[in-house]
Amino acid sequence: MTTQVAETGHDDHAHGPAKGITRWLFTTNHKDIGSMYLIFSLIMLFIGGSMAFVIRAELFQPGLQLVEPNFFNQMITMHGLIMVFGAVMPAFVGLANWMIPLMIGAPDMALPRLNNLSFWILPFAFSMMMVTLFMDGGGPNFGWTFYAPLSTTYAPPSVTFFIFAIHMMGASSIMGAINVVVTIVNMRAPGMGYMKMPMFCWTWLITAFLLIAVMPVLAGVVTMMLMDIHFGTSFFDAGGGGDPVLFQHVFWFFGHPEVYIMILPSFGVVSQVIPTFARKKLFGYHSMVYAIIAIAVLSFVVWAHHMFTVGMPLAGELFFMYTTMLIAVPTGVKIFNWVSTMFKGSMTFETPMLYSIAFVILFTIGGLSGIMLALAPVDFVYHDTYFVVAHFHYVLVPGAIFGIFAAVYYWLPKWSGKMYDEGLAKFHFWVSFVGLNLTFFPMHFVGLAGMPRRIPDYPLQFADFNMIVSVGAFLFGTSQLIFVFILIKTLRSGKAAPQSPWESAEGLEWTIPSPAPYHTFATPPKVD
Amino acid sequence: MGTHQEYYVPQQSHWPIVAATGIFLTLGGLAMVLSDMRQNQDMGLSLGVFLVGSLVMAYMFAGWFGNVISESHEGLYSNQLTASFRKGMGWFIFSEVMFFAAFFGVLFYVRVLSIPWIGGEGDKGMAHMLWPDFAAQWPLLVNPDPEKFPSPDAIIDPWHIPLLNTILLVTSSFTLTFAHHALKAGNRAKIKLFMLVTLALGITFLGFQAYEYMEAYNHLNLTLETGVYASTFFLLTGFHGAHVTVGTIILLVVFVRVLKGHFTADNHFAFEAGAWYWHFVDVVWLMLFMLVYVF
Ligand code: HEM
Ligand SMILES: [Cu+2]
Repeated sequence: MTTQVAETGHDDHAHGPAKGITRWLFTTNHKDIGSMYLIFSLIMLFIGGSMAFVIRAELFQPGLQLVEPNFFNQMITMHGLIMVFGAVMPAFVGLANWMIPLMIGAPDMALPRLNNLSFWILPFAFSMMMVTLFMDGGGPNFGWTFYAPLSTTYAPPSVTFFIFAIHMMGASSIMGAINVVVTIVNMRAPGMGYMKMPMFCWTWLITAFLLIAVMPVLAGVVTMMLMDIHFGTSFFDAGGGGDPVLFQHVFWFFGHPEVYIMILPSFGVVSQVIPTFARKKLFGYHSMVYAIIAIAVLSFVVWAHHMFTVGMPLAGELFFMYTTMLIAVPTGVKIFNWVSTMFKGSMTFETPMLYSIAFVILFTIGGLSGIMLALAPVDFVYHDTYFVVAHFHYVLVPGAIFGIFAAVYYWLPKWSGKMYDEGLAKFHFWVSFVGLNLTFFPMHFVGLAGMPRRIPDYPLQFADFNMIVSVGAFLFGTSQLIFVFILIKTLRSGKAAPQSPWESAEGLEWTIPSPAPYHTFATPPKVD
Repeated sequence: MGTHQEYYVPQQSHWPIVAATGIFLTLGGLAMVLSDMRQNQDMGLSLGVFLVGSLVMAYMFAGWFGNVISESHEGLYSNQLTASFRKGMGWFIFSEVMFFAAFFGVLFYVRVLSIPWIGGEGDKGMAHMLWPDFAAQWPLLVNPDPEKFPSPDAIIDPWHIPLLNTILLVTSSFTLTFAHHALKAGNRAKIKLFMLVTLALGITFLGFQAYEYMEAYNHLNLTLETGVYASTFFLLTGFHGAHVTVGTIILLVVFVRVLKGHFTADNHFAFEAGAWYWHFVDVVWLMLFMLVYVF
């Protein structure tokens, strides 16, 4: 793609950021908002991570050692909720904010004020959710999937605050997603057809569609919980003709697309990074696009693979088993294309590339364990064991989170105008890589051997593996401090970054100076 | 680069943070009220928080939209920007569609699957052993566990108020469209007339709906506590009613803006957005009328 860039020399747009706190509170600038999202997500990563530390400390040895079982359950629940809604999703929205306007040549997001609102709801929502830990009866203790009746009849009184916090997060996500869709549909620079769009924008377009489609369903399900708890309805109570299993259907109708919401943007990042460092065009651009669309469509008809053991008609078991298997096909296409992009490329292994390669390999492991779980008959053995925990951590940590790390290292020079310390970053990668595999790989074994998830104690035969898991977890968790150190070091004393620090990176974002000026593309560039 | 009309990016705005604060106070206050109610505590403070939150929200809506309106009057909005508004509104309505779709899905599930199962039919008919006396039926006039969930005496007859309401709402969609045509033709008297008729129809609908709820509560023992028929009934009609209320407020604001002469024949996005919303609410009602009341 060759591009001519119009100078952003408009006088009325020459102003920089406002001074003081109002810059952040009142901002409408996609770069400021993107930065806030990313920092928020990093903070949440550490809060959620410290909860994981509590969990792994308790599970270091068999027996109840450190915390009460009820508090353990609260940690399990909050860890999941915070990582999903607080760490992964906001990080993606932050990346979208920073990069989509730069990649499509737009002056900002389409609806800048709404954009600010989407962000600022989040600190409020998470405060509301986290204060529940200090309320009578404690915080949510029913798992991040909050199945009824655990979350209704048997829930702690603070559940009402949890419900409204979820409502707020949902509203934030919907507004953010609307903004992304409208920006991509309406603000592409002249000449940038859909099929010329960078893959990151494509993945986010589809992600945003999924968000708009399923976040309302999440709102619906928590609303029904609220009614059951406070107004005597019986949606999830068979005594009044409802059904607790209904909760699971509605939840997973949201929940499965949600897991794709947490991976598609990382697909996008990796599809940007690999071609750059393999110095080749992305292999099979069109098939990549169709694969994402296929994944998104299929993700609406697979939800009950989370419910094989709950009591479904046989036809349901079969239907959801086959549709789930089908999703592996477009996913396989993507993996094939990434590998083919690297094939015979002149590869170099800068940190973003290391993360991307690890992504491709480790995500595939997660995908394969997913296929094992998708076999309804054997899922009866795996379900609710550590095997499931291993599966979803393999798709989420080296999947979603490594995608985010790859993105941060790849675009940090553009954001900050400084280069990070490559040596340190590689160190961060390798420690994370080892720590993560040490943590999650043995979970496959204890899971297959029958260790149930979400339990604070376990039989002796699982002791060794659990100790390894805990050590790995501490290693992985602590190594993220290196990441923070790298970020600070880059901002304070990094070498100045050139406009395009990577040898063969393509895309509009590399045609503007580093750091990206406060306002870019006030006049759209021409793409041909 | 004279040909290109610049996309207006507002510099700074305090409205979003006001909105976030308002949402936090409103929902937090509501959660406090509900918790107090459940524990029979004094809820003075909680109500206060809720009220302050609602006031902040009202202030925010007035201020934010006021701001947008004056920007529009200053001519800051290019066609591209209006297109953003349109697309944004369209996708917002899509999210609302999904919200209702979830509830219709719930209705489908209890009617077609779970109640027959508890009644002993179908693949999961084993559930019958929970309440061996229970017989599946829809409308569910005898709950599986009548001690915990007393059964309703009767349900709303679709051919009285609901039918009337259907006629009202469908008519209102037409009158609103007439108003739109009048707007495009620049016939102010006609716009006002048809807007007024639309508003009147909407408000009458809401009045009837309220009356129907009172009827249900006072005479039919059809309440939130009487099993899943009532639960789905009130959930669907209740959220629909809330949307009609919001739609009416939107149209009211649009009406005032018509009076003030804010709209021109080819620049009246607010009117259109309100109309889309109204038609959407109308379509939801038609589904409701058929799936909740009639069948
Ligand atoms: C080839 C693709 C995949 C297949 C076939 C698959 C299949 C499955 C199945 C069958 C389960 C339910 C296991 C059980 O509870 O017994 C499951 C759980 C899960 N999967 Fe996947 N999966 C795939 C990809 C993903 C991706 C990409 C993500 C997220 C990025 C993901 C996240 C999860 C999560 C979070 C759970 C556990 C939810 C819970 O119960 O807490 N999966 N997967
Ligand atoms: Cu799934």
